[in-house]
Amino acid sequence: MEQQVLSDVKVLDFTRHIAGPYCTKLLADYGADVVKVEMPGQGDPARKMGPFLKDEPHPEKSGLFLHCNTNKRSITCNLKSEWGLKVMKELVREADIVVENFRPGVMGRLGLEYETLQTVNPNLIMVSISNFGQTGPYRDFKASDLIIYGMGGSMNTCGLPDREPTKKALTAVLFSTGNLAAVAVMISLYAARTQGVGQHVDFSLFEAQMGSIDRRMSDLLAYAYNNEITPKEDPREMYAFPFGIQPCADGHWELSGIGGLWPGVGVMMDMPELINDPRFNNILAQMQPGHREEFYALFIPWSFEHTKAELVKKGQESGILCGPLFSMEEVLSDPHFHERGFWAQIDHPVAGRLTYPGRPIKAEKMPWIIRRPAPLLGQHNEEIYSGKLGYTREDLVRLGEAGII
Amino acid sequence: MAKLPLEGIRVLDITVIWAGPYATMLLGDWGAEVIRVESCQHFPLYTRGVMVNPPWEVIKDRVGYGGNKKEGHNPETAHNTFLIFNGHARNKLSMTADLRKPEGLEIFKRLIRVSDVFVESNAPRVKEHLGITWEDLKEVNPRLIMLSLPGFGSTGPYKYYRALGAHQEGFGGHTYMRGYPDEDPTTTTTVYHTDEAAGICGAFAVLMALYKRLKTGEGQYIDMAQVEASIPHLAQGVMDYTMNGRVTERMGNRDYHGAIQGCYRCKDVKGKWVPGAGGEPPQEIVDTWVNITITDQDWPKFCHALGNPEWTRDRRFADHLSRLKHHDELDRNIGAWTRGRDNYEVMHILQGHGVPAGPVMDEKDAYADPHLRVRGFFEELSHADCGTHLYPGLAFRLSNAPNQLRLPPVRMGEHNEYVYKKVLGVSDEQYDALLRQGHIGTSYGPQGV
Repeated sequence: MEQQVLSDVKVLDFTRHIAGPYCTKLLADYGADVVKVEMPGQGDPARKMGPFLKDEPHPEKSGLFLHCNTNKRSITCNLKSEWGLKVMKELVREADIVVENFRPGVMGRLGLEYETLQTVNPNLIMVSISNFGQTGPYRDFKASDLIIYGMGGSMNTCGLPDREPTKKALTAVLFSTGNLAAVAVMISLYAARTQGVGQHVDFSLFEAQMGSIDRRMSDLLAYAYNNEITPKEDPREMYAFPFGIQPCADGHWELSGIGGLWPGVGVMMDMPELINDPRFNNILAQMQPGHREEFYALFIPWSFEHTKAELVKKGQESGILCGPLFSMEEVLSDPHFHERGFWAQIDHPVAGRLTYPGRPIKAEKMPWIIRRPAPLLGQHNEEIYSGKLGYTREDLVRLGEAGII
Repeated sequence: MAKLPLEGIRVLDITVIWAGPYATMLLGDWGAEVIRVESCQHFPLYTRGVMVNPPWEVIKDRVGYGGNKKEGHNPETAHNTFLIFNGHARNKLSMTADLRKPEGLEIFKRLIRVSDVFVESNAPRVKEHLGITWEDLKEVNPRLIMLSLPGFGSTGPYKYYRALGAHQEGFGGHTYMRGYPDEDPTTTTTVYHTDEAAGICGAFAVLMALYKRLKTGEGQYIDMAQVEASIPHLAQGVMDYTMNGRVTERMGNRDYHGAIQGCYRCKDVKGKWVPGAGGEPPQEIVDTWVNITITDQDWPKFCHALGNPEWTRDRRFADHLSRLKHHDELDRNIGAWTRGRDNYEVMHILQGHGVPAGPVMDEKDAYADPHLRVRGFFEELSHADCGTHLYPGLAFRLSNAPNQLRLPPVRMGEHNEYVYKKVLGVSDEQYDALLRQGHIGTSYGPQGV
């Protein structure tokens, strides 16, 4: 098996759902040996979350689970059992990293808190991912992608002024915070290797979002510096033009042709007379009453005559900053990502062969390799409990009967 | 245990706007010496401002995040008071050099020789024109880790496409799936998830490369397309198409995974002022909101939290499927309950009963939030041009690496003396010559000269 950058890293993974598993997926995809510990019977709750292959709810056919758990091995274990606790400590002994996202206090009640695990493995890195952190008044609060974004992100500035604010699509925030947790892991791993010191990482999704860089950071400084709260604005009322999302023949596209880009607009539209049109060619003229309407009376019909692909191509050739509003169908058929080999074909014993998002990073010396698809529930019980820890088949039968594995 | 994990790592930084600077911020926050290499002759739009030496007339009308510190505005120091820049620029150093001139390029290569990492997030043509591609630099320092963060990658049909964060969101499929299902897509506000994802993933890539270098001693080149970093975050949309041929459409604030969910209006609150734009007077915003997510298991707790009002026993809300089918009516009832309440109060009531809820926090809420205060999330920094303020701090904590924000947002050329004389060993005479030649400065001079 080809050596990958994290091939020498062993991770014991207690995470479930989305953020934690995406963090450990990134480690696994770049070579780490990630052993995922799931509850006997049900496994990771993400197995029950869609989309499902052919809309058939099945623990081995969840597209979400299949994506988030590539390259991991799965063992089942009831962590509340004495045997389970004993075996987890054995596995911790050899692990570099433990990642968990239980509610704060759960690992302690199980007897798996950092202080105990440190006695078994002094240089252990333990990453505790939680909604609001291991301390503080909101410590025990529950959350969702929407709630984390609404509290930590710039949701208050998204949407129309006279309606409810809007969230990001799907569960994007759980993925980006999970991605950041992988950064925290690597920082800790680097310290472990160079300073010989372990860590307990307190990773709060709320703070990860609040301390992240999208508009939010700058909004916060607008308040700190200027006492200004950033409002929601109607994007259609942007005074400079052309700007923003515009309709076209097959949907929508988005562009910025303002300021110094204006000459490119006339080129893009094959209307060179616009370049020096005094109604439009400088910001003061653009702000005169009626001029915006006059421009869009020319622009919108032109836009409707072309597809997103044609418009973006023409715009880019003319120096206009622009992009299409691609549906996922269009993203998946777009030549750019195919040429770059972005998509991955992965075979799975139950779900079959499917296309997945591929490597986020392209680096010849750090290959992204799918060594195995997402695991079946408990698929590696024998490999790990027997093969590694020496339990017999009969032991595993007894443990299964007792609901321990 | 006083040493930070990345102490001793030197990062050269020629990044713009948000994505690249976020990656280097993460490295700087955890101890790396991040040196921004800036040019007095080249003003990168939206990085340190919207224009060089912006007059008060331009500044005063900019709303919220896209502006500068207003009080005490001085056009000649505006490049040090830009909000977008100061949000990421803590824990960084800055030097200046004109890389288009031979001696400037020579200085840069000498810096490369004594650095560990080079992060750049410019359009691909920029590094090609300046002669600072991986091919140019790998011979200079075989241990160098170079990360490029262009929008679309260094290969492919879109390699030379130029786009802002908003347009990248569209290429990756995010914009299409965001916004109100019952409004025209032209009403969808821009977000910058791609920038965020790219910055995070870029830092992750650099850290992996540093980890590898511990074993091999070798550097490497990393090409990270910003859009590709964020598509995996939209996995449900990808998989529903690849598995079922279905295109995911806009869902507003509804939960993809079928919980009852929404953003509900709470009581109006006075005294929150937002700036006017383009000469308009400031307005008071009064609307406040709360987000609530109710799974099937949590539904009885939710009803209990509300005191089991009559409407919760309506036949239409009797089971999970029925509730989903009548989500709009359910929203009206929930909204009627929240409408008179304080959004923090709603959070505490519902969380007290085990139901996820949280306010939509604006910036005033964030700074006043009791949880963040107890956690010490905001930290004070003193800046020569902006004064002393609280800044959003570290996104996570390491138990054996106590950390805090150390340096305020860096001013342009603030560390010229340190970098030229201490890091590169340039003599006083050479320094003065470079200064006369226009390389060394603390502001933008005539552009392109």
